[in-house]
Amino acid sequence: MRQSISRIQALSLKESAQVMRDPSSLIIAVILPLTLLFLFGYGVTFDPRFYKVGLIIEQPTPETGSFETALRSSRYFRVSKSRDLRTLEMKLVAGSIKGIVVLRSDFSRNAFAGNEAPIQVLVDGSDANSAELIQNYVRALSLSWLEQEYLKTGETFPERVRIEQRIWYNAEASSKNYLVPGSVAIIMTMIGTLLTSLVIVREWERGTMEALLTTPISASEFLIGKTIPYFVLGMISMGLSVGVAIFLFDVPFRGSIAMLTLTSSVFMWASLALGLFISTLASSQLVAAQVAILSAFLPAFYFSNFVFEIDSMPVPLQWVSYFVPAKYYVSSLQTLFLVGDVPRLIGQNTAILFVIAMLLFAATSVRTRMTLE
Amino acid sequence: MWQRIYALVMKELLASFLDKQTRMVVLVSPPFLLLIYSFALTQEVQNVSLVILNQDAGLASRELVSRFEGSSTFSTVKHVARHEEIIKAVEEGGTLAAVHIQSDFSSKLARGDVAELQLILDGRRSNAAQILGGYISEIVGAFNDEVIADTKFASPGPKGSVIARTYFNPNFNTIWSAVPGLFAGLVATVGFMVSSLSIARERELGTFEQLLVSPLTPFEILVGKTLPALLIATISGAAMLFLGVMVLNVPLEGSLTLLFLAMTVYLLAIIGIGLFISSLANTQQQAIIGLFMYMVPAILLSGYATPIENMPDWLQGLTQTNPITHFIVICRGIFLKEVPGLVIWHHLWPMILISLVSLSSAAWLFKKKIA
Repeated sequence: MRQSISRIQALSLKESAQVMRDPSSLIIAVILPLTLLFLFGYGVTFDPRFYKVGLIIEQPTPETGSFETALRSSRYFRVSKSRDLRTLEMKLVAGSIKGIVVLRSDFSRNAFAGNEAPIQVLVDGSDANSAELIQNYVRALSLSWLEQEYLKTGETFPERVRIEQRIWYNAEASSKNYLVPGSVAIIMTMIGTLLTSLVIVREWERGTMEALLTTPISASEFLIGKTIPYFVLGMISMGLSVGVAIFLFDVPFRGSIAMLTLTSSVFMWASLALGLFISTLASSQLVAAQVAILSAFLPAFYFSNFVFEIDSMPVPLQWVSYFVPAKYYVSSLQTLFLVGDVPRLIGQNTAILFVIAMLLFAATSVRTRMTLE
Repeated sequence: MWQRIYALVMKELLASFLDKQTRMVVLVSPPFLLLIYSFALTQEVQNVSLVILNQDAGLASRELVSRFEGSSTFSTVKHVARHEEIIKAVEEGGTLAAVHIQSDFSSKLARGDVAELQLILDGRRSNAAQILGGYISEIVGAFNDEVIADTKFASPGPKGSVIARTYFNPNFNTIWSAVPGLFAGLVATVGFMVSSLSIARERELGTFEQLLVSPLTPFEILVGKTLPALLIATISGAAMLFLGVMVLNVPLEGSLTLLFLAMTVYLLAIIGIGLFISSLANTQQQAIIGLFMYMVPAILLSGYATPIENMPDWLQGLTQTNPITHFIVICRGIFLKEVPGLVIWHHLWPMILISLVSLSSAAWLFKKKIA
């Protein structure tokens, strides 16, 4: 037992020295996380700034004038007016505007009659997300404009059911508040799975694995000794990212540090286990890197509710998502940041991660060759 | 000279194609991913569950609830009896949205007052929740229009006063809007993978020095490394294109020749950046990490997942130096819009510039690093 511990220790020390000496470890553990957080904190966001739209008024009247004012004063739109639909359509094709609002010649007559649609919105469907949002905003704008017009004439606006909307945990609906926590999962996946899978394949590719095989080290000692330094590296990177998220990007953190550390450690083990498993399959670093990207990085991006909605995907793909560790971790992270310790949800997520980690470790131990074939 | 280049190209191609695993990850899996992820890349909100707390016994609220139940947006509608259950359902992530109808809902409507409907959305996924909020307000809007119009309080009120038409993608097919971006991203991934490791692997194994002492000039090495990567990535790209158009039925409105021309320029830019990173690195691990350091921000800044228009101006300026940004615009244009040549040229010349700069700096680094 004591010998076993000293063997693990020796391997960990050697591995740590290697990590410290290689500038690429610093890049993946510090610079890449900071870059990602920086991008999600400042630039990459779902919160629209404004859309450039074209406006056509077929027949100017006082009503179209007041609608134009409403459209121009909306913070969601930058309006360029034109007389000719063709010019605007050309701009739509070129992508310099994202939509066209057309007020028909019968606008003033029909706006209050309620029998026909006097406002046309033409949107660019090649960018579906923006297209949908532009439609929604114009619709909302036309309703509030109508309400204003009714107020002017002194009539009551014939709306009956009014929606009072509350967005819990994230009242200002800032996408930064969930993208920044989610990116922590991406960062840890890269350290745990990508970096780790490369490291073991490298031993085989360079022939140093043969040297290790001649030593008394066993498969499990090898796996533990190899992973400890990367585990520490991943946790340091996690701590750094969470710190930056809270103090630099003002993302609220409502959970407890203890819960964060616990669930992050389990996720880190699962990521490492996947990395180790890949390393037993791949024959070269190129293959290992590509497999790590395909099986860990991309799924962490697509199948974790981080950016894309799992519920909206076809059922077979939803099944795939159940095997993606990042899905459970992203859910825990977003909850820890924005809601707090929700014991049932986080406990369940962490338990599933634990099972995934154990299965992957078992598979890896079976497959790790401690002999030459 | 061409004979030497030919020899190097053949050696590179053999090295890539002889290994079965490399063939798999470079040629087979990217087109396969296009098929899978085109279904995943949706920001639509569907098949979600809705929690309803209806404390009103009247007819109007039951009518509204049945409209929610009938909507195809919600796969399940769960009824709860107390407000605490709403808190629990939202908190534990069981639902994205909850509707609370108060006990005076029907009586207020009967009196002709405005009745409030409380809508609670989960801010942990506020983008999706807000899209869902949009759908819910459409349902409520239709309820207002149709049901209230029958009552004695009806006045000739406004109806859905906006009609929307979607150009280039009339049915809002999310696969159509996903494939161009996905295609651009996956082609870049292949180009990066094959180029970024090619020099670093030789450095790590010590064979790059041998190349440098051979009669090959840096320019010949550059061509010898670029052409095979270009060929492999183009084959992979063509396979993706075939799947996209034939299997996923994405239209190809513009010219195929133009698309291939643009893809070649795009790949030269990508490969140039990959070779540049590769010649900076001493080991494959450094090359892969260096590649990630470039690729992940580049994809995030390309308008692939979130629109470029949402970014602050200084960041939008930066995205112009990103070949992925330009190629996504070209792809969306050619696949869906039949965009005029001038617009393509607008996005083509920045890529030509990027490829010239990156390829020549890579060649310059070949020699530099050894000294």
